[in-house]
Amino acid sequence: MTSTAYDLPDARGHFGPYGGVFVAETLIGALDELKNAYAAAAADPAFAAEFAYELKHYVGRPSPIYHARRLSERCGGAQIYLKREDLNHTGAHKVNNCIGQAMLARRMGKKRVIAETGAGQHGVATATVAARYGMDCVVYMGSEDMRRQAANVYRMKLLGAEVRPVESGSKTLKDALNEAMRDWVTNVSDTFYIIGTVAGPHPYPMMVRDFQSIIGQESIEQMPEQIGRQPDAVIACVGGGSNAMGIFHPYIPYAGVRLIGVEAAGDGVDTGRHAASLTAGRPGVLHGNRTYLLQDDNGQIIETHSISAGLDYPGVGPEHAWLKDCGRAEYVTVTDSEALAAFHELCLLEGIIPALESSHAIAYATRLASTLPADQVLLVNLSGRGDKDMHTVAEKSGIRF
Amino acid sequence: MSKIQATFERLQAQGRKALIPFITAGDPDPALTVTLMHTLVEAGADIIELGVPFSDPMADGPTIQRASERALAKGVSLRQVLEYVANFRADNRETPVVLMGYANPVEAMGIEAFAACAYDAGVDGVLLVDYPPEESSAYVDAMRRHALDPIFLLAPTSSEQRIADVGLYARGYVYYVSLKGVTGSAVLDVAAVAARIPEIRARTGVPVGVGFGIRDAATAAAIAGIADAVVVGSRIIEEIEQSEPDQVCARVRVLVAELRRGIDAAGGKS
Repeated sequence: MTSTAYDLPDARGHFGPYGGVFVAETLIGALDELKNAYAAAAADPAFAAEFAYELKHYVGRPSPIYHARRLSERCGGAQIYLKREDLNHTGAHKVNNCIGQAMLARRMGKKRVIAETGAGQHGVATATVAARYGMDCVVYMGSEDMRRQAANVYRMKLLGAEVRPVESGSKTLKDALNEAMRDWVTNVSDTFYIIGTVAGPHPYPMMVRDFQSIIGQESIEQMPEQIGRQPDAVIACVGGGSNAMGIFHPYIPYAGVRLIGVEAAGDGVDTGRHAASLTAGRPGVLHGNRTYLLQDDNGQIIETHSISAGLDYPGVGPEHAWLKDCGRAEYVTVTDSEALAAFHELCLLEGIIPALESSHAIAYATRLASTLPADQVLLVNLSGRGDKDMHTVAEKSGIRF
Repeated sequence: MSKIQATFERLQAQGRKALIPFITAGDPDPALTVTLMHTLVEAGADIIELGVPFSDPMADGPTIQRASERALAKGVSLRQVLEYVANFRADNRETPVVLMGYANPVEAMGIEAFAACAYDAGVDGVLLVDYPPEESSAYVDAMRRHALDPIFLLAPTSSEQRIADVGLYARGYVYYVSLKGVTGSAVLDVAAVAARIPEIRARTGVPVGVGFGIRDAATAAAIAGIADAVVVGSRIIEEIEQSEPDQVCARVRVLVAELRRGIDAAGGKS
């Protein structure tokens, strides 16, 4: 396969016109400190060795790749393989990044970590590593999301974190992010802000991508063991986009591998009730970076909708914006009901309960597989397990516990 | 010479310091904004900072965020804010007006279109809190082409190099954020602020306004003793928030007049 040079972002965090550092002056000092600390850590073999050790012995990596034979048979086309991030400690890919950032926080002498969370997976992962490294932990979560994800709220509390409800704006992930930024700017001397996705001001999109790239790196090793070659397409769901960047990034130089990001179409992109920033948004500035945003004609950010709290975000990582514009990745959408159908299908055909976020990727993979010949191979990032979504799915089926 | 620069030169000749109150356009009601702007001037404001409502005011505390939410709920966005300024200009040609807000509404309008409309409306300066100098070159060019002063923030954490970088772009004044944190945060350390001002003034070559943490005549006086301008935001929004609709202007007038007396009493100390 051909190899193409790709070395983004530039020194100031730009992916083409996207990314950058769009924050108030009060945060610039903290971001410079972080940028320098991360550059030093990334160049330190001891840091890489410790990260690898933690991923192996604490997270349980490498995560396997599994051939979903019965699902593939049902589609009657391409073969579907699953990268099993759902088998990680804490049940999702989020922990990869949290370990990296917590190690960096410790290296910088910060005793307190904060995080924002939507579905609660990043909050749980942050609370987990904070317990593991003996750090104080505060997690900001929209009060609407706390209602939708009560079990994860309790998990965070069990792990010793304080969960602070956010009542402003739409009371979801974007508002939690605003609130965490405010905490950081106020307590910057002793506090490290662990952002959970590939968004935010530089160096976050790059740093989170680097920590999550283990997913794609392992896949590049594992796929030839399974099928003697790389897959024809790699498919992942995209909210902020960290699981997708993690599996896409190492594959960018493999020009023969299609990269397909699946956004949440909610009730349908035409209804306006969705979270498909790349598909239906316009470039703008939010949360410290320039990227595609769901916004009204006046540049106000609009409320999003998805059955999956983890995809319910009006922006997207700036590197996805760039990969879309330059054509290296494709972005498609899947509705709430298609994702739910895929959720049930994976439960029944493979004995795997996927997160509703990951169910979007499964749904698109099944749609695509049925149009392709049987010798084609699709690798889906199964980014998390669905235990956290029992309540939501049961509610949709009219069941009460 | 810009109207902002002329204002500072006139005040300096009089041995006085500038009072810059902040209100969010459209809060508590769009019908009140122009009247409130005139009230600010009558009570002693030298420059008005007019907040442009934004859905995600990341650098602001809860008080200003609530003001933004109230204004947005009444349909106030950048176009309406420009109309208020144009209406204000029908009766006041002198008092400089600075729009303060976030980048996205401006980018949604288009930077060039915004600069042209802002100039036509009678805006004098613009402060976009999430446009630091390194992301600002196109914006600064557009501001200058339309005779608008781009105003930048500086913070206690700003390095000498950054202060110099801001100095390359800044016109009108720079806004020194006196505290770590968001707008409306508590304790103000006047001595720490005083230690930074001469350096900032020297490196940027423009007057220094200080904001964050100014709540009454005493804190306003303390800042007037060391800076060129005193910026007051959250305290005024709180007053608006706590007033009955028909009392808003009267109560804001009393508060701003008190701040003015504090500043003038401190005059000549620096």
